[in-house]
Amino acid sequence: MAYLKLDHVDKTFTRGATTTEVLKDINLTIEKGEYVSIIGHSGCGKSTMLNIVAGLTTATSGGVLLEEREVNSPGPDRAVVFQNHSLLPWLTVYENVRLGVDKVFAKTKTRAERDAWTMHNLNLVQMAHAKDKRPNEISGGMKQRVGIARALAMEPKVLLLDEPFGALDALTRAHLQDSVMALHQKLGNTILMITHDVDEAVLLSDRIVMMTNGPSAHIGEVLEVALPRPRKRLELATNATYVKCRQRVLEFLYERHRFVEAA
Amino acid sequence: MSMPALTSDSAPKIVPTASAPTAASASVVTMTPKQPPKAERYVKMAREAAVRVVPPLIVLALFLIVWELLCRRAGSALPPPSRVFSDTRELIFDPFFDHGGIDKGLFWHLEASLRRVAIGYAIAAIVGVAVGTLIGQSVWAMRGLDPIFQVLRTIPPLAWLPLSLAAFRDGQPSAIFVIFITSVWPIIINTAVGIRNIPQDYRNVAAVVQLNPLEFFAKIMIPAAAPYIFTGLRIGIGLSWLAIVAAEMLIGGVGIGFFIWDAWNSSHISEIVLALFYVGIIGFVLDRLIATVGKVVTRGTATN
Repeated sequence: MAYLKLDHVDKTFTRGATTTEVLKDINLTIEKGEYVSIIGHSGCGKSTMLNIVAGLTTATSGGVLLEEREVNSPGPDRAVVFQNHSLLPWLTVYENVRLGVDKVFAKTKTRAERDAWTMHNLNLVQMAHAKDKRPNEISGGMKQRVGIARALAMEPKVLLLDEPFGALDALTRAHLQDSVMALHQKLGNTILMITHDVDEAVLLSDRIVMMTNGPSAHIGEVLEVALPRPRKRLELATNATYVKCRQRVLEFLYERHRFVEAA
Repeated sequence: MSMPALTSDSAPKIVPTASAPTAASASVVTMTPKQPPKAERYVKMAREAAVRVVPPLIVLALFLIVWELLCRRAGSALPPPSRVFSDTRELIFDPFFDHGGIDKGLFWHLEASLRRVAIGYAIAAIVGVAVGTLIGQSVWAMRGLDPIFQVLRTIPPLAWLPLSLAAFRDGQPSAIFVIFITSVWPIIINTAVGIRNIPQDYRNVAAVVQLNPLEFFAKIMIPAAAPYIFTGLRIGIGLSWLAIVAAEMLIGGVGIGFFIWDAWNSSHISEIVLALFYVGIIGFVLDRLIATVGKVVTRGTATN
């Protein structure tokens, strides 16, 4: 039984007289606990696809089913980690996480429990020490950690990651990727991640969804990454399966669906 | 390939030569700034304060001297500063007297004016933020209201006074209305711009967390638009202080505006000068007050 299902999703944007078809007939099913990455060149509509799952954009036709029920508005069951962290600058790290916790567990948890749960999630991403800092006082990597904590704290059924490591330097990115892997291992979340980094996709995912170029982008190919978990970055570099998967994605992106510069 | 070879080649060369002198100089360098910090810091602070305070004081002194020289001769239309001081000595040193009617100390006049401004401005702030939020949030409200507001805001404050006198049939609410109508426009317009400029990211966050409209207003809109709102509030307080003097001249009663008009009618020019001085200082303080409140409230947002 599919946990999350994108069913014949089409998306067209209309601006004045011109209509652009961004996504065409997207069908994808994701099982519980699965880590799925969507990869494609920029402009192929992968962000639009994630926004449709998040409910921030509505599909023109088709729909998204989460546990057999249609979702078409945003909600904490599909928490998003945004590319640019999107922490509210006037709130402290703790308050940013607590904002979501207070809404989601308003009726099910007492005030003390909500406080403990907020701290628990900050601890998961090793950010408890900075709980009273404001976003502009911490580094980019730390902000993204808080963004992850905020999303995790809502106990989402599906965690949506929108190029979560895109704005980070290579070392911080590797560090955070390891953290996300560890969290996925520990909590068993269902994760849908957008990326344009081939290594990141292969390292983290159970399956990689490769998108063709837009307009009218669709799923070109889905690759199973049959690597056992937990995965170790260093050991994988020479692993035959890893190298083969990486090769497949690279071939798809740079040979068969080369990015054509839009005129 | 030549790049890494070059760096790895030069790196060991630097290390031995640099490590010895830094160790030696480090002990000297860390010692020296530790000894005289207190005295030096006070001198520095005093110097910084002097840089700010001394130039305006010099200009002020020059201004008073020129004024004194220009107005000292007999038959001069305006009194020199020395005359102003001797004429208004009583008013300066006893601002709290109250002989009934409008024969009161300057404190009471300023208090009456400030009270009118406080009421009118408070209403303007509440209405301005509310209407500004509506315009910023709703395209239709903006299309409907914005052109009308653009016309209304150009009407000079005093032009409203006869109309408000006709409506309220009383000086006090009319003056308050003039304050309100003068200061509400910049608050509305700046709030609307601030609301319109809330990043989509924050709206997305609010949508995912499922904040209801009231929570969204209090937790996202107001803090996100706060820098803009305070810009409007600051312009508004300045305008309302500008308008109160003129309005009070016409409505009469207790108030700094009518005090000035009354002094003119009694040919007490020195009293006018003193009143202008107070009006200026209070206007300055009001502006600083709103700016400071704004700085405290928006400390998180402004540095984003």
